[in-house]
Amino acid sequence: MKYLVGEVSVNQQITDDIWVVRVSCEPVEAKAGQFYMLKSWDTEQTLMRPISVFKAEEGCLWFMYRVVGQGTRRMSFLEKGDAIRLLGPCGNGYPCEQIKGRVALVGGGVGIPPLCETAKTLQRNGVTVDAYLGYRDVLFAVEDFEPWCTDMFISTEKGEEGYKGFITDLLKPEQYDVVLTCGPEVMMRKVAAMCAEHDVTCYCSLEHRMACGIGACLGCSIRTKSGMKRVCKDGPVFLSTELMW
Amino acid sequence: MDNDVNLSVEVAGVPFKNPLIAASGTFGFGEEYHELYDVGCLGGICSKGLTLHPKDGNDGIRVWETASGMMNSVGLQNPGVEAFIETGIAQMRRFGNVLIANMGGHSMEDYVTGATMLSASDIDMLELNISCPNVKSGGMAFGIKAEVAEEVVRAVRKVCTKPLIVKLSPNAENIVEMALACERAGADALSLVNTFQAMAIDIRKRKPVFNNVYAGLSGAAIKPIALRMVHAVCKQVRVPVIGIGGIYTAEDVLEFIMAGAAAVQLGTVNFNNPLAGREVLDDLAQLCRREGITDINEIRGVC
Ligand SMILES: Cc1cc2nc3c(=O)[nH]c(=O)nc-3n(C[C@H](O)[C@H](O)[C@H](O)COP(=O)(O)OP(=O)(O)OC[C@H]3O[C@@H](n4cnc5c(N)ncnc54)[C@H](O)[C@@H]3O)c2cc1C
Ligand SMILES: Cc1cc2nc3c(=O)[nH]c(=O)nc-3n(C[C@H](O)[C@H](O)[C@H](O)COP(=O)(O)O)c2cc1C
Ligand code: FES
Repeated sequence: MKYLVGEVSVNQQITDDIWVVRVSCEPVEAKAGQFYMLKSWDTEQTLMRPISVFKAEEGCLWFMYRVVGQGTRRMSFLEKGDAIRLLGPCGNGYPCEQIKGRVALVGGGVGIPPLCETAKTLQRNGVTVDAYLGYRDVLFAVEDFEPWCTDMFISTEKGEEGYKGFITDLLKPEQYDVVLTCGPEVMMRKVAAMCAEHDVTCYCSLEHRMACGIGACLGCSIRTKSGMKRVCKDGPVFLSTELMW
Repeated sequence: MDNDVNLSVEVAGVPFKNPLIAASGTFGFGEEYHELYDVGCLGGICSKGLTLHPKDGNDGIRVWETASGMMNSVGLQNPGVEAFIETGIAQMRRFGNVLIANMGGHSMEDYVTGATMLSASDIDMLELNISCPNVKSGGMAFGIKAEVAEEVVRAVRKVCTKPLIVKLSPNAENIVEMALACERAGADALSLVNTFQAMAIDIRKRKPVFNNVYAGLSGAAIKPIALRMVHAVCKQVRVPVIGIGGIYTAEDVLEFIMAGAAAVQLGTVNFNNPLAGREVLDDLAQLCRREGITDINEIRGVC
């Protein structure tokens, strides 16, 4: 984990409210499912913002973010050449080394981009990866998954693209050795419950408000079956059977 | 390195190589930030707030950004005094700076038992957090009424063999009277301020953000008030005062020292800039040089 200054090389709007930023920085040590605390301000905002690694390449990191409030709005103003601060990589990430066989990645909304690097890592490890991507209306990042996935399933709430309904309607957990999920809590709960029914291992990547991002402030603690855990340090990825939701 | 500027200070007989101390609850036991820089460069570190027994802390949202600051309702999640003595102290010792144990409590008995245990351990100083709700008085914090605070400090003083810092709450009815009461009761030093009681509402849910409704405000937003309180207290007490509240820069440090503080603590700034401790220290030496200050102690209380 390091505190780095990166340089923005691309910051592009791809839907109404989704942006992608490419940051040149050294060193890039991120693993699938990890995140960085980011800030593109001095003290105008007090806290840095946790954003997952979308893609990690040599000498650069990609983040895909939804503009929801002041911090992400400020990030959307970044231009090529601007500096951005990064603290990370933070968190545990998905245990990709331990995963074998056939895997389903189930993402919803801005929970989709964090699964992209995971798809790549798993595919390169010889795992068969299927992606289940649930969108509200407009699609993003689909082409970034394509090289790594065997099958891809897409849904939108009103059926603008792909299946009409929730992505969990399409998932058959019994076809997989492991299911990895990231997205809204309601979706992840549903995925976890479906996996539990079929005794399939399921990992969830949680969101929580954070201050330090590195395990020092206990601002992100949750109750789990093995006691209090920090989402930023002990997570964000947890076995679904550890969670108490 | 900066041998042309003396930054070393003394608080209640304990020497600090510089006046910067990491504030309780924002710095864990130092380990996490030590991955980013040598936290031993700081004058000292306050442990996360301990209680006699382990605590899980509060449910629900615990941190919330506000204009120029943040609110927290962590609820003193900690491993308890015993676990701290068994493992936390050794972790903090390797940094080689002043080790301050911060302890809160919800009853007089807990404070006294905890202070007794910590007195027998290898800490350098005890910082008593009296901002905790007192179960016996309907949850009102020990640090609101001077008489209540005086009583708890007196009881802890009797068993405490370490230099005793009492950390004041800015929510005290009268901060100067509170300071005088704690001094009377035997505090070797005072630190102020803890967080200000504050509130945030989620208008979409039409509910308070925090399960406990109120939470503690910290960061740059509180600095001018904290400075006023430190100034007012320093004018009245004889014991050394550690200034806390929204200190982000070397300039802020000098302000607090000019207001009379012997040392300062950095809290929320660590979240804004995880290298703040080291950067403020570097800046402080340079700032002193620029301002023609050769010994930081010479400007104490000039205002
Ligand atoms: C581990 C992790 C990974 C994440 N990865 C991504 C990602 O890849 N892409 C993406 O678009 N979003 C991601 N998020 C959510 C993202 O952190 C928030 O949307 C963002 O912090 C909102 O900041 P804001 O200033 O725009 O919103 P504001 O509402 O103004 O933020 C106010 C405060 O609340 C916090 N906050 C608000 N919403 C959230 C939230 N949903 N989760 C955590 N903190 C929040 C902010 O960090 C800030 O401290 C992730 C969250 C976590 C915890
Ligand atoms: C997340 C968080 C946790 C805190 N926990 C404690 C604590 O356990 N004990 C304590 O005495 N003060 C605690 N504080 C208060 C700080 O030590 C400090 O007094 C306060 O935040 C004001 O300083 P600042 O503005 O520099 O942060 C905490 C503050 C924050 C932000
Ligand atoms: S955000 Fe500070 S411990 Fe997780």
